Amino acid sequence: MIVRLQVNGARREADVWPGTSLLTLLRDHLGLYGSKNACEQGECGSCSVWLDGELVCSCLVLGAQAGGREVLTVEGLNLERQAGAVQAAFVEAGAVQCGFCTPGFVVAVTDLLSNDPAPSEASIREALSGNLCRCTGYAKILDAVNLAAGRLRDSPA
Amino acid sequence: MDVLLPRTLEEALEMKAAHPQTVPLAGGTDLMVDLNFGRLRPPSILDVSRLPELRVLSREDGHCFLGAGVPYSRITAELGEFRPLAQASRSVGSPQIRNRGTVGGNLGTASPAGDILPVLAVYQAEVDLVRPGDTRALAWDRFLLGPKRTAIAPDELIAGVRWKVFRGTGSFSKIGTRNAMVIAVASLCLVLDEDARQVRAALGSCGPTILRAAAAEDYLTAELRRAGSWDDPACRLGQPVIDAFAERVADAARPIDDVRGTAAYRRHGLRVLARRALAWALEDRRQGR
Repeated sequence: MIVRLQVNGARREADVWPGTSLLTLLRDHLGLYGSKNACEQGECGSCSVWLDGELVCSCLVLGAQAGGREVLTVEGLNLERQAGAVQAAFVEAGAVQCGFCTPGFVVAVTDLLSNDPAPSEASIREALSGNLCRCTGYAKILDAVNLAAGRLRDSPA
Repeated sequence: MDVLLPRTLEEALEMKAAHPQTVPLAGGTDLMVDLNFGRLRPPSILDVSRLPELRVLSREDGHCFLGAGVPYSRITAELGEFRPLAQASRSVGSPQIRNRGTVGGNLGTASPAGDILPVLAVYQAEVDLVRPGDTRALAWDRFLLGPKRTAIAPDELIAGVRWKVFRGTGSFSKIGTRNAMVIAVASLCLVLDEDARQVRAALGSCGPTILRAAAAEDYLTAELRRAGSWDDPACRLGQPVIDAFAERVADAARPIDDVRGTAAYRRHGLRVLARRALAWALEDRRQGR
C-alpha cells in the first residue's frame, strides 16, 4: 500500500507491506537511518520520533497510521536551535559512548526541554525512562541534560 | 493483509461488521509488538486512532465518561482529580508509551496486568460497546472474562468506559523491577468511598483477571465503623486491624508462578501494598485531602 506523509517538512511517500511499522518505513523505505531499530517493542526508545508533535516510539506506530500526518525525526531537528544545544551538551558531557541510543535520547531530551526548560532530576529521570543506554550508566546523560538546560536558559534559542 | 482507515466511528463500525476478523489498532503498544515479531498476521487491521468519537472525555449527571481512544498522557494531565486513575496512568510504560497507549487498548487486551483495570474495577465502571445502530453497557466484571478474554462480539468496538463519581481518597500502586517500563508483578487500587462509607479494593496481576477483594473490603469497612473513623477521620486503626486487612487482601489473590514472580511473592507484595495504601488513605483523610 502507498503511505503518503509529511517527514521533516517534506512530502514523502512509500510503497509498503500493510503491516510495516513507521520505523521500518522511515529506515528501509525513506533511507532515514537516524531512528534506530533495536527492540521493536517500545522498550528502548531508540526509535523515538514526533508524530504530530507527540513523542512516540516509531516501532509501535503502524506506517499507515502516519498517513497524512507529520513526522519529525532526529534528522529533521533544527541544530541552530534547542536541539543543537542538546547535541553539543551530549558531546561535551561525554554522554555518548557507542552512540546507538544517542539519536533517541537527543529527541527525548529535546522534547523534555521544550516542555520543561528547568527540569528537576526526578523530572529528567521520568522523561527519559523510556530510553535505554547500555554504555554510560546514565550519569553523564543526566549531566548533559542539565548542561543543555542551563545553557538554553542563559541564552534561549 | 489490508489496513482499513475509517474517519468516523460510524465508518469504523460498518467496516468491523463487514470484516469481523479485522483487528482494531489504536496506540499499538501491544499489537505492534506482535506484528513486529511475526506473532500476529490478521487478514486486516482497523485503524481506530483517527476516530474523534473515541477521544471524548466528559462529565455529566455525576458520571465520568472516558473514550476508548484517550491516551494515558491525557488522563494524567486532565483527570488528576481521579487520583488512582491518574496514578495508574502515569505508571504505564514511559512517556512515549503513555502518549500512544489507550484506555480501549487496556480493556481490549484484557491482560490481568493492565494498569488501569484495577482502578476501573474499584470505580465499578461500565464498558460501552458499540455496533452499527446499537450500544450496550457491560459492567467491568462482565466484560473482562479471563486472561486476554473479553465479552466483546466480533461486530463490536469499545467506545469507552463510564463510572459514577464518588467522594473518597485512594491510590493505585504496583510492584515491579523498576519504577518505569514495567509490567506489574502485583498491583492494588484502594479507595475509601466516603459517600457509601464502603472500602473498595481491587488487585491486578494476581489472578486470571482483575479481582475485587470483597472480604478485605467488608472487614475494613466494619473496622472503620467500629473505630468511628467514617465520622471522624482522626480516629486511628490499630496495627492488628491493618495487618488483618493486608492478610485478607493477600487471601483474595489467585496468583500463579510466572516469569515476573512467584505466587508467594505476589501475595507478599499485596500485603505490603495493602498496608502502605491503607496508611496513605488514612493519612490523607486525617489531613482532609
